[in-house]
Amino acid sequence: MVAIATGVPADPTEAENPLTAGLERLPVGPTTLVIFGATGDLARRKLLPALYNLAHDGALPQRFHLIGVSRKEKAHEDYRAECEEAIRRFSRRAPDADVLKGLLENVKYVPGTFDNESVYAKLGELLDGFEKKAGEPLNRAFYLSTSPSFFPTIVEALGSSKLAHHEHAEVRVIIEKPFGTTLQEARELNRRVLSIFDETQVFRIDHYLGKETVQNMMAFRFANGMFEPLWNRNYIDSVQITAAEDLGVGTRAGYYDSAGALRDLIQNHMLQLLCHVAMEPPVSFTAEEVRNEKVKVLQSIPQPTPAEIPEMAVRAQYAAGHAGGEDVPGYLQEEGVPEDSTTETYAALRLEVDNWRWAGVPFYLRTGKRLARKITEIAVTLKPVPHLAFSQDGSLGVRPNQLVLTLQPNEGVSLRLGAKIPGTRMIIRPVNMEFLYGTAFLSQSPEAYERLITDAMRGDATLFTRNDEVEAQWRICDPIVKYWRGAKAGPLPQYPAGSQGPQEAAGLLRDSDQWRAI
Amino acid sequence: MAATSDAVWSAHGTAPDEIEAALRQLLVERHAENDKFVPARVLNMIAFVDRQWTGEIANRLSGVGRYHASRLLVLAYEPRRERLDARVTIAAEGDPDAGELALLRETVVVEIGKHHLDDLLTIADPLVVTDLPTLLWSPHGHEDVVQELLALCQAVLVDSVDEPVAREALERACLLSDRAYVVDLAWLRSTPWRERVAGAFDAPWLRGELPGITGVSVRHHPDSTVAALLLIGWLASRLRWTVGPLEGDGVTMTGRARSERQDVALRLQAAPELQVRGLEGVTIDTASGRCLRLDRGRGGLRASSRDAAGKTREWTIPGASRGEAGILGEGIRQALLRDATYVPAVKTAYSMLS
Repeated sequence: MVAIATGVPADPTEAENPLTAGLERLPVGPTTLVIFGATGDLARRKLLPALYNLAHDGALPQRFHLIGVSRKEKAHEDYRAECEEAIRRFSRRAPDADVLKGLLENVKYVPGTFDNESVYAKLGELLDGFEKKAGEPLNRAFYLSTSPSFFPTIVEALGSSKLAHHEHAEVRVIIEKPFGTTLQEARELNRRVLSIFDETQVFRIDHYLGKETVQNMMAFRFANGMFEPLWNRNYIDSVQITAAEDLGVGTRAGYYDSAGALRDLIQNHMLQLLCHVAMEPPVSFTAEEVRNEKVKVLQSIPQPTPAEIPEMAVRAQYAAGHAGGEDVPGYLQEEGVPEDSTTETYAALRLEVDNWRWAGVPFYLRTGKRLARKITEIAVTLKPVPHLAFSQDGSLGVRPNQLVLTLQPNEGVSLRLGAKIPGTRMIIRPVNMEFLYGTAFLSQSPEAYERLITDAMRGDATLFTRNDEVEAQWRICDPIVKYWRGAKAGPLPQYPAGSQGPQEAAGLLRDSDQWRAI
Repeated sequence: MAATSDAVWSAHGTAPDEIEAALRQLLVERHAENDKFVPARVLNMIAFVDRQWTGEIANRLSGVGRYHASRLLVLAYEPRRERLDARVTIAAEGDPDAGELALLRETVVVEIGKHHLDDLLTIADPLVVTDLPTLLWSPHGHEDVVQELLALCQAVLVDSVDEPVAREALERACLLSDRAYVVDLAWLRSTPWRERVAGAFDAPWLRGELPGITGVSVRHHPDSTVAALLLIGWLASRLRWTVGPLEGDGVTMTGRARSERQDVALRLQAAPELQVRGLEGVTIDTASGRCLRLDRGRGGLRASSRDAAGKTREWTIPGASRGEAGILGEGIRQALLRDATYVPAVKTAYSMLS
């Protein structure tokens, strides 16, 4: 570590910066971002385009450097050319040549394997060099965009090479999902990460939390007085959370076959959605308060026992079928999928949140690939009215009110109400009152990674998962994963591609419930 | 998505209730044409324009990207006009793909004459969407009309650099801000500069330099003196300086302010070489010997800092220019937000010229 020529005053003032008032974008401290796995798919498709778009909007730190680390040997110039190609191909807007040039000027590359000490020595030299040139300490953010098996190696190497802490600047580590593949792995990874870094330095990515739509759920619940009085077991009958995809496994067979639907989506994203539905209002919208409330929800969900699992969890795999007017192959016929794979491409759970607010209300979660269409939604069904004086003949009749929060593709809120059919008789049928976010805002939502990278560089952990949160999620899913892998699991049901999913999923529902059409 | 498609209604010698009925009918027809067509419901915008310049205004508004008002009411003024003519257009962004929606945007152009001005509110009121915020833009002056229409509007769009006399521009902005939220394009042009100046002093060990600022120099397009004044007004109001009068010859203006610790030398310098309206650069000196200089450059701002030991460093802060169309679009978007720092800045700037 080199001494910074300008030095830092011994007693820096912590007073608020009066110049930030009124600014939509708060300043981000000068930062060097180091991406491990810099030539991988995530870096090329998401991280580099996100960095370009932040640069385009003038939202990067005043001083920003990027260092790519990967196994392949290449010169800085070659890596810059790769960055440019990835940005041109995957950016949400056509890059401005001058902005792109300015961004790439500050890009360096370090080749080597992640367990090689010389990689970290070289990294240290570059980081120190940037600081010396800048004449001020620069924050450091290490982004682990590698295979999860490298996470402990990289973290421990950062520790042993003295790169995990900086006397005058913030050091943060951003860890991509999956954070472990079992509860034991997650605990072990947390133990190893937290033996090097403090929890406040760790930013575990769940990119769903960076989506504007998920953040809107907080505003929907806690900025509107009309919903909260109804938001409990006295008025809500059930909650359904669906994340359906119409596409198959595509090019992700390698990862997906080892993960499956439960670990790919339910263990992280869908449990996060459940938390947003079920959490108590936080005292303040700070990282710790929000995450405290989410952890309480996860801890209120009983850990499934082997005897309960067949009654509360269903898995299935898609078979050949029809999607988008075309014949499509089954999962086992997809490229890269082992012929005898028993990986589930569909998973559905019935969970209970055993606390004062939610006791007795089933939370149904389902996700799957190659379903009828792509949709992510949360449907909250209210209890029926206690007495019905209206005729049910000749109409669809009165149905319980249902509030549907759609996260994609058309973000919005829909409320199902009963309304009289025009005519001489008092006949009721359900109608929808709809609100679509796209009709009500001028601004375009930023990509999730743009928001998350900025927040991590600013040190705001609100949209990242905490260690106890991750372990609480695994506590719920781990027994199900183990059961499905065991001998008692029974044959793996199938469902035709392009369908609503397996018939077995209906077995999770109470008699009075039904799955919403996908 | 396919290209934009329009549905149009027009009439000569019409009345507001007839125009409003036509709007409702066109909306019903467009929805029947495709149930994925849904009306945007974000913001009304009333543009009061001289009729001979309606084409130019339409061109400017067509360049605002996605920041269109959901209903645009153009009151095209032609003093000698006796009859009320109107044209309603409901444009769809195109044929939506499966599972997508296409937003409808409504444009109502009403041609009015001098004798309609007495009843202007009764013409405009039925033609804006109730309960949506309304932004007023009167790019060709007509202050009396602005005062009348403000009764319908929550925000007013101005560009203070359009006024030939800086003092009058700032006075107008101050007066308007007493009645509505003012979105000033001159202020928005300074946003990247304000963000970068704030960022340059954001590190905890640099915040202590803010009370030690001894000099601020702003270089600006010759027509954008107001933008430079607003930047200095912002710094002075945020840092609680007491400002004195500015004096100069129109090319260079100088003055002094007083912070808690010392005097601050202020300088505004016209930069004739700058091709676009707005700011060319800003330099801030502090008592410790530090100096920050930001200059407009290709692909972002060119930054230069001199530390207390006299060592100078230069680098580029990337960022794309928004262009004039982008600034107007940003102005429309800002009508839905509230920046509490503008009014103190504009009042401080005005006080330096009073």
